[in-house]
Amino acid sequence: IFSKASSSLEDIGESSSETDEDEQPVRRQEGSTDLSPEYWGIQKLAKYVKGGDPTATVIALCSMRDLNLSQEACQLAIKDTGCLEVLINLLDTEEIKCQTGSLKILKEISQNVLIRHAIADLGGLEIMVKILDSPDTDLKCLAAETIANVARFKRARKTVRQHGGINRLVELLESISLESSFQAEDTETARCGALALWSCSKSTRNKKAIRKAGGIPLLARWLKCSHTSILIPIVGTLQECASEPSYRLAIRTEGMIEDLVKNLSSEHEELQMHCASAIFKCAEDEETRDLVRKHEGLQPLSALLDNCENKQLLAAVTGAIWKCAISRENVLKFQEYKIVETLVTLLTDQPEEVLINVIGALGECCQEQENRGTIRRCGGIAPMVKLLSSTNRALLVNVNKAVGGCAMEPENMAVIDSLDGVRLLWSLLKNPNPDVQASAAWALCPCVENAKNSGEMVRSFVGGLELIVNLLKSKDKEVLTSVCAAIANIAKDQENLAVMTDHGVVPLLSKLANTNNNKLRRHLAEAIAHCCMWGSNRVAFGETKAVAPLARYLKAKDPLVHRATALALYQLSEDPNNCVIMHENGVVKLLLAMVGSTDDALQEAAAGCIANIRRLALATEKAKYG
Amino acid sequence: AAMSRKGVKLLVDSLTRSAKHFNKSEVECLINLFDTLVARASSQFAGVGFDRTVFRDTLHSAFGMTDDVVLDRVFSTFDRDNNGYISVVEWVEGLAVLLRGTLEEKMKHCFAVYDLNGDGYISKEEMFQMLKNSLLIQPADEEPDEGVKDLVEIALKKMASTYLLISFLLQDYDHDGKLSFEDFEKAVREEKLLLEAFGPCLPDIK
Repeated sequence: IFSKASSSLEDIGESSSETDEDEQPVRRQEGSTDLSPEYWGIQKLAKYVKGGDPTATVIALCSMRDLNLSQEACQLAIKDTGCLEVLINLLDTEEIKCQTGSLKILKEISQNVLIRHAIADLGGLEIMVKILDSPDTDLKCLAAETIANVARFKRARKTVRQHGGINRLVELLESISLESSFQAEDTETARCGALALWSCSKSTRNKKAIRKAGGIPLLARWLKCSHTSILIPIVGTLQECASEPSYRLAIRTEGMIEDLVKNLSSEHEELQMHCASAIFKCAEDEETRDLVRKHEGLQPLSALLDNCENKQLLAAVTGAIWKCAISRENVLKFQEYKIVETLVTLLTDQPEEVLINVIGALGECCQEQENRGTIRRCGGIAPMVKLLSSTNRALLVNVNKAVGGCAMEPENMAVIDSLDGVRLLWSLLKNPNPDVQASAAWALCPCVENAKNSGEMVRSFVGGLELIVNLLKSKDKEVLTSVCAAIANIAKDQENLAVMTDHGVVPLLSKLANTNNNKLRRHLAEAIAHCCMWGSNRVAFGETKAVAPLARYLKAKDPLVHRATALALYQLSEDPNNCVIMHENGVVKLLLAMVGSTDDALQEAAAGCIANIRRLALATEKAKYG
Repeated sequence: AAMSRKGVKLLVDSLTRSAKHFNKSEVECLINLFDTLVARASSQFAGVGFDRTVFRDTLHSAFGMTDDVVLDRVFSTFDRDNNGYISVVEWVEGLAVLLRGTLEEKMKHCFAVYDLNGDGYISKEEMFQMLKNSLLIQPADEEPDEGVKDLVEIALKKMASTYLLISFLLQDYDHDGKLSFEDFEKAVREEKLLLEAFGPCLPDIK
C-alpha cells in the first residue's frame, strides 16, 4: 500500500509539458504468428553474442548494426530472442569494446517505447549510470545518449535519479578546456550529457536534483556556445526547468536572458522555439520582462510571428509575446513593430494553443488606449467575440480579459454589443469554472459602464440579475471580488438596483463584510456604497451588520480601500442607527485623518460622513438636554 | 658489448626521429628496458637482440596480451628483418605504433598481424585460424566447426561487402572471399570497433 501511495505522490510532482507514456505500453498484435525474417537474422547473431568471446561478440554486434534497427520488427526481434538481456549483460562487463558495441545498438532500438520499458525492467538504467564513470569518453557519450532515449517515461527518470545519475550527467557538462573556447570533444560529451538531462528534467524532482548538483552555472556556460547541436538540448533543459521559480531567478541573474534573446535569431526553428518557450515561462517575472526589452528581444519575437507554418514555434512565440506584454513599456515597444495588427490576423484559423496566447497578448495590449482602437480598425473585435463561444477554459479566461479591455472604449463597446458580446459574457457567469466566471465578471464592468442604454441592456438578459446576485454565494475569492465590482456598476441604474434588492443583494453583500482581503474589501465597499441608493437598503445594511466590519477597513494600509470605504460609510451615515454604530467603532477619528487627503473623492466622502455623524450627535444631545 | 656513450646518444637521436611518437627521455627508458631484456636472454646472441619467448613474456606481463597466435604474429611484425630476434630499433619503432600509433599506423599493424601468410590478403582460412577458439559455448546439435565457419562468413560479409558484390556481378564464385587492406581500412574507418576484429593485438587501455 505504501509504495503505491508514494508513487502517486511522485506523479503529482510531474510537469505536464510533454505527453507521457507511463502505463505499460501495449504491443500491437501482428497479423501472422510466424516469426519474422528479422527474428532469424537476430537469432543467428545472438548466438555469437551469447556464446562467443569478446572478439566474436564484437563481430556479431557490428554485424547486427547493419540490420535495419529503426524498424519495429527488428527491434522487437531483439527483445523476443532474449538478445536484449544479453546486450544489457554485456554492459555489466569490463570489456569496453563489448560495452560500446552493445550501447550502439541499444541507443538505436531504445527509440521504441516497448524496448525502453523493457530496458528499464531489466535493470539497464542502473548499469548505464555506472558507465558514466568510465574513463572512455565515447562510452560515456553513448551511455548518456541511450539514457536520454530510455528516460522518456516517469519510472525511468526516477530510476536514473535514485542511482546517482543526475550528478554524473551534470559532471559531463564540465568542460576541461578553458572558459572561452569550446573544444570539439568536450562539446560532444556535453551535448550527450545535455540530451540526457533534458529527458530527465521532465520530472520535478529531477529539476531540483539538477540544481543541487550545480547544473545551472554549467548550463549558463554552454548557453554561450554557438554550436546548434548542443544549444538545442541546453535550451530545451532550461526551458523545461523554467517552470521552477529558482530556475527563473537563476536564468535572470546569470545573464542567460541575453543569450536566449540572441538565439531567437538562429536559423534553426527548433532552437528558436525553445528560446521562445523559455522566455514565455520566465517572463512571469517583471525583472525578466525588463531584461528582454533591454536586450532588444521584443523585435525578433515580433518578427517570428511571420512564420505561420510552424505551429509549435508560433505557439511559443505568441506565448512569449503575451507574457512580455504584461509590462506597459513592452507594449509601447511592441507597437513600433505593429504587433496588434499582426496578432489580429492570427485570431482565425489557428490551433487552440496559439489562440490562447494571441488573445492573451491582445488583452495585455489593451493597457494602451491606442491599441484598443487599432484592434477595432483591423476588424479584431468580431473574431474575439466569436471566441466567447469556445469551451476551452484557458482560452475563455483570456478572451474575457481581452473583450473587457476593448470594452473600455465606447466605440468598441458599440461593436461588441451589436455582436451580442455582452450576452455571451453574461452567460459565461454560468460556466462551472471559477476562473472563467471571475474573468467574465471583470469584463462585464467596463461593458456595463460604457454601453449605450446600459440599464436596458442588462435588463434584457433574462434571469441575468438573479444569476449575478447568486454568485455572491461563491466560495472563490476572485469570483466574489469581480462580482462585487460588476454589481457596483450595475447598481448605478435604479431599476436594476431595485431588482437586485429583490433578489437579496443586501444580506449577501453584508455576509461578505468580514474579510481581510483588501482587494475584496475595496470592491465590496464600492458595491455597498452604490447599493445604498435604493429604498431602505441603508437601514438593511445596518441591520445585517455590515457597518462595524466596514469601520475596520479604515485601518487597512491600502488607500483604494480607504476611498471605497469612506464612500460606503458616507452613504450609510444617512441613516442615524448606522451613525451610532460608526461612532461606537471609532470611525470619526479614522476619518478625520483622511479629511486632509489629496484624493478628492476620499476627502469629500470622509467629510460628509463626519458631518452626518456630528449632526446626529448634536440632535441627540439637544433632545436629551432640551 | 655495451655501446659507447656517443653511440648511445646517436641511437637515441635517430630513434626519436624515426619512431615519431616518443620523446628523448622516453626513448632512453625503452633502450634501458631493452638492455635488461637482452641480458635475460641467452648471452650468445646478446648483440643481436632478444627472441620470441622473451618478447611474448614481456608483452604478456606488460599489456596482458594472452593470445599466443596473436603474440606470435605481433612478434613477426616487429621482426622486420625476419632474423628471429628483436633489435633495439625494431623494439622502439614497434612499440611506438603499439602505444601511440595513429589510426593509419594501427590499421597497418593489425592487418599485418592478421595476414598470417603475408600475401596482402586476409583469407577465409586465416580468419578461421584466428577465430577457431572464439566460440565458448557450442550448441550441442551443431558440428564443432560450423559455428566458426558461419562467424567467418558474417565477418567477411560485414567487411568485404563490396568485394563480394563485385565477385557476384562477375559471376565469379570461385573466389573463396578474402579481405584486402583497402577493405579492412574502409571497414575500420566506418566502425572503429573492427580494428581488432580477429583478436586483440593492441595493448588494453587499462
